[in-house]
Amino acid sequence: MTEKISEDQVKHVAELAKLKIADDQLPYFTTQLDQIIGLFETLSEVDTDGVEPTSSVTDQINVMRDDIAENWHQRQALLDNAPDTADGYIRVPTIIDESGDNE
Amino acid sequence: MNFETTIGLEVHVELKTNSKIFSPSPVEFGDEPNSNTNVIDWGYPGVLPTTNKGVVHDGIMAGLALHAQIERHPHFDRKNYFYPDNPKAYQITQSETPIAHDGWVEIDVDGKKKKIGIAEMHIEEDAGKNSHASEYSYVDLNRQGTPLIEIVSKPDISSSDEAYAYLEQLRQVIQFTGVSDVKMEEGSMRVDVNISVRPVGQQEYGTKTELKNLNSFTYVKKGLAFEEQRHQRVLMSGGKIAQETRRFNESTGQTILMRTKEGSDDYRYFPEPDLPVLNISQDWIDQIQTELPELPAKRRERYVNELGITDYDAMVITQTKEMSDFFDKMIAAGADAKLAANYLQGDVNAYMNDNQVELQDTKITPEHLATMIKLISDGTISSKMAKKVFKAITNGEEPKKFVEDKGMVQLSDPAKLQPIVDEVVAANPQSVEDFHNGKDRAIGFLVGQIMKQTHGKANPQVINKMLKDSMSK
Amino acid sequence: MNYFDQSLASIHKQLVNQEISAKDLTQQTLDNIKSVDPDINAFITVDDEGALKKAADVDAKGIDADNVLSGMPIAIKDNMVTKGLTTTAASKILENFKPIYDATAVDKLNKLGTITVGKTNMDEFAMGGSTENSAFKITHNPWDTTKVPGGSSGGSAAAVAAGEVIAALGSDTGGSIRQPASFNGVVGMKPTYGRVSRWGLIAFGSSLDQIGPITRNVSDNATIMNAIAGHDNHDLTSSTKEVPDFTSTLDKGVKGMKIGIPTEFMAQGLDDDIKQTVLDTAATFKKLGADVEEVSLPHTKYGVAAYYIISSSEASSNLQRFDGIRYGRRAKDVKDLEDLYVKSRSEGFGDEVKRRIMLGTFSLSAGFYDAYFKKAAQVRTLMINDFTNVFKDYDLILAPTAPTPAYGIGEDVSDPMTMYMNDVLTLPVNLAGLPGMSIPAGFSNGLPVGVQLIGRPFDELTVYQAGSTFEQETDFAKQTPKMGGNN
Repeated sequence: MTEKISEDQVKHVAELAKLKIADDQLPYFTTQLDQIIGLFETLSEVDTDGVEPTSSVTDQINVMRDDIAENWHQRQALLDNAPDTADGYIRVPTIIDESGDNE
Repeated sequence: MNFETTIGLEVHVELKTNSKIFSPSPVEFGDEPNSNTNVIDWGYPGVLPTTNKGVVHDGIMAGLALHAQIERHPHFDRKNYFYPDNPKAYQITQSETPIAHDGWVEIDVDGKKKKIGIAEMHIEEDAGKNSHASEYSYVDLNRQGTPLIEIVSKPDISSSDEAYAYLEQLRQVIQFTGVSDVKMEEGSMRVDVNISVRPVGQQEYGTKTELKNLNSFTYVKKGLAFEEQRHQRVLMSGGKIAQETRRFNESTGQTILMRTKEGSDDYRYFPEPDLPVLNISQDWIDQIQTELPELPAKRRERYVNELGITDYDAMVITQTKEMSDFFDKMIAAGADAKLAANYLQGDVNAYMNDNQVELQDTKITPEHLATMIKLISDGTISSKMAKKVFKAITNGEEPKKFVEDKGMVQLSDPAKLQPIVDEVVAANPQSVEDFHNGKDRAIGFLVGQIMKQTHGKANPQVINKMLKDSMSK
Repeated sequence: MNYFDQSLASIHKQLVNQEISAKDLTQQTLDNIKSVDPDINAFITVDDEGALKKAADVDAKGIDADNVLSGMPIAIKDNMVTKGLTTTAASKILENFKPIYDATAVDKLNKLGTITVGKTNMDEFAMGGSTENSAFKITHNPWDTTKVPGGSSGGSAAAVAAGEVIAALGSDTGGSIRQPASFNGVVGMKPTYGRVSRWGLIAFGSSLDQIGPITRNVSDNATIMNAIAGHDNHDLTSSTKEVPDFTSTLDKGVKGMKIGIPTEFMAQGLDDDIKQTVLDTAATFKKLGADVEEVSLPHTKYGVAAYYIISSSEASSNLQRFDGIRYGRRAKDVKDLEDLYVKSRSEGFGDEVKRRIMLGTFSLSAGFYDAYFKKAAQVRTLMINDFTNVFKDYDLILAPTAPTPAYGIGEDVSDPMTMYMNDVLTLPVNLAGLPGMSIPAGFSNGLPVGVQLIGRPFDELTVYQAGSTFEQETDFAKQTPKMGGNN
C-alpha cells in the first residue's frame, strides 16, 4: 500500500493545528490518518466534472442584518471567564512576532 | 544593467458603519478596552456571525467608485490562523468571490496620466489589538469585527512616485464616497506594499519583498524607493533577493528585516458555512450608483474646464469631499471661482490648521464666504477689510450685515473722494514733484495720506487712479 | 417518578390537575437520576439547585394548562450552552466553562417553562458514535449496561430510555441523534438543516449540525419540535419558512404514501436482524396502505468519505477558537505564546478530536484542498441530487438507522475506520440537509433496533405522520429496559 501521508506531513499538519503529537504516538497517528485518507481517496473514482460544490444546504439566501449598533454589555462577564486579565485586557504571554496577520 | 520595478499595494480601509461586520457591537474608538465587545466578538462557543447590510452596501459603493465589476453572488470564506487578536482563530473574509474586481484609478505623475488597475476588492473583519509590555501582551477586542475593505492593485505600478500617487487617488476616491475617513494616522487606512525588481527584458518577475506597518504615504514612498535601490544593488552585485517581510525605519529611512517567509503561509481558506451566500440585485447596484457623489477626477475636470481655475487649485480643492462640496456651494452662491479657490487654500486652510478643526466643524458657511467674496469683487470692501470680515465669518456672522454694522463700506465714489485727493495733492508739493520725476514711491505716500484721512476706507484702486489723473493734468 | 409509562401529555395532565407540583415532579426526577444514573452515567452535570428554583417559579406562576411543556423537567446535551450552567461539550478544554448566554433552542424551551435538570454526556465535541469519547465518563446502555448507548448524543438517549427524564435535546451532525435513539429504543429526530437555530450549539460541522428532540414517542417528539423550530435572527442559516404544527397530522395514516427503500442502504455489512427489521417495517407500512418500493441512491458508498472530509474540515476550523486565550482551559507553566497554544490544545483535546482536527486541517491545506475538500463538496452535490430524484416520486425514504444494534463498550473505539463506517446510513441525511427520524422498530437479542424515516426538505410533518402511524400499530416503543428506574 502506498503511503498517503508521511510522518513529516503529520507533524506539519499538527503544527498548523497547534497540536503536539508525542514522538511515540506519531507512527500510530500516521498509520490511522493514512488509512482514513486512503478512504478519502475513493472519491477520485467519482466523475465530478462540472459539478458545483455544495458548501451549505441552507434554504436562506441574501439574508443580512440592518446596520444598527447594540451593546450587549457583556464586558464584565466575558472578562470574568477569561483565564488571565489585567485592567480590562486579556493577558497573554508576550507576543514575539508582532507582524500580526490582519490581511 | 537596466531594471524595471513592479510594485503591488494592498490597502485596508476601515468602514464607518454603526455596527461591526458580523456582530451588532458598536464600531467606536477610544473606549475602555473590550467595552464594545460581545460573545460574538470573543468567538464564544456556539456563536454565529450575522452579515451587516451596511457593510455590503458600502463595499458595493467603494467598488463602483473604483470603476470595478460588482460580484453578484459573493460569499464569505474563512482564513485560518492563530493569533491572540483573532478570537475565532479564523478571519471571515472573501477569497473566492471578492465583492468587486477589475477596477482602476487614474494617476497623474508629473503631468503623465496612467491608469492603475485594481485586481480585486473584498470585505472582511478587522482583528482586535495587541499591545506589548515586557513580560505580557494585552488584548483588546474592541476593534475585532470592524468592517474593512481590502483593495489589491494589479502589478501596474512601476515607481515609488506612482505608488504615492495611487494611494493619494485611492484615498480621495474612497473619501468622496463617504464610506471611510481613510486616515492613515488614525489607522482607518493601512497600507502593505510589495516590490520586485527585474532586469529589463526578463520575463518573470523578480523576488518580492514586503513592507508592513507603513504609517504615512511619505514612508510608503521612501520605503519603496529604498527597497528599489537595495534590490538593484543586490542584483547588480550578483546577489539574490530573499522573500521576506521588512519594516521601514522612519528615523534612518532604511528598511530592516522583520521575518523571512519560509514558503507561503497556509491559511486553509474554505467557504464560510455559517453565512448564506449573497444575491446582489442589479436594482441595488443601480440604486447605490445614484447615491454615489461626483468623484474627484470628474470634479477637477469641471473646475478647470468650466470654472477656469488652475489644475493645481483643482487638485487642492478636491483633497476632501467636504472642501470640494464647500467650493461648489460657494460657486452656486455666486462667488468668483478664482477668489473662492484662493480663499479656501489661504485663509480657510490656515484657520483649519490653526484651530485643528475640519471644515465641516467650523462656523464658516459657503454662503457667507461667497458673500464676502462678492463684496470684494464689487469693491464694497478691500481685501484688507476682508481680513476682519473673515474673522467674523468664522464666528458665524453674516458678512453683509457685519460690514454694514461696522460701517466698513469702502469709499469708492470719486465725487466724495475728489476733495480729499485735491487737498492731499495741494498739501504735498514735494511728492507731486517726485512723481513727475518718475519716483513711483511718491504715489504710495500720497495714497497713505488719503487712507489716513478716510480711516482706511478709501478704495485704493480708485484713489490711485484719481491721484495719477490729478497730477498728470 | 420514572417516566417509563408516561408521555408529555400524561404528565401535563397531572400537573394541571395539581396531582403533582412542578417542584415535586422535579424533585422526584432528580431523585430518580440519583438512583439510576450511577449505573447509566447519562449526565455530566445535574443542576439540583437551579432546577428546583425554576420549578418553584413555575409553580408560583401556575401551570399553563394550554402549554404541555409548562413545568416539564428535561435534559440538554452538553454541547448546547446554558447560561450559568457548566457546559463542557464533554471536553477537558471546557471543563469548568460557564456560558454567559443560552442557546436559542434552550431559551425557547425555558420560556415555555421547561426545567433543565442537567446536561448529558456525549462524545467530545460530538465526535463519535458511542459516547466513549467523552473526557469525563462512559455512558451505559440501559438495555444492557455492557453496551454503548451510541452517540454522540448517547447521554440524552440513555437518560430518556432509562426513564430518567421524559425528553432531552440532542444534536446530530452525522447521525448523533438517530443512531443513539436506535440503540436505546427511543425516538430521535434530526430536523431539516435550518429548521432549528444553531445559535448556542457548540459547532462541530457547521453545514451539517442540527439540534433535535429525543423522546419516548413520536407525539412527544413533535411537541418538542414545535417548541424549538423556527427562524432565529442570530442564525442566518435558520429558515424563515413557516413552522407547521408537527402534531397536526399524527393521526392521518399512511394510506397512499409512497415510501422508497434505498437498495444501497440494505447492502452488505448490514446485520441480518436489522435488515429483517426494515423489511418487517416495510410490511407494516404496506399493510397500512402505503406503497413501498426499492429506490436507488447511487452515491451512497461515497458518503462516508465525503462526510468525514467535510465535517472534519469544518471542525478543524470551528475548534481553533479553543486556544486557551479567552475562556476555557489555559495550560499552566508555558514558555511562550506558542507553548500556550500547543499545550492548552494538546492537553485539552482527546485523541478522536485531535484526529478529526488533523484530518480536517490536512484536507484544507495547500495542495490538498481540491482533491479532498472541494471534491467532497462536489460529491455532496451528487448525493443531494440522488435524494432529489427519489423525492420526485416518493414521499418518504425508509432505511435502517445503524448497521448493527448497540455494541460492547470498548469494542470499536480503537479502530476509527470501523467507527466511521458505522455512520454510513445516517450521514447522507446530514449531507443533504434532510429531516430524518429514528423510531423503535424491533429487537435483536434483546437490544432495540430503530429504523429511519427520511423526508423531503422541511417536510418533518410527513415523517412524524408516518412514524406515529407505525408506532400506533406496533408496540416496540412501549417496551422498556429491565434495569433502570426505581420500580
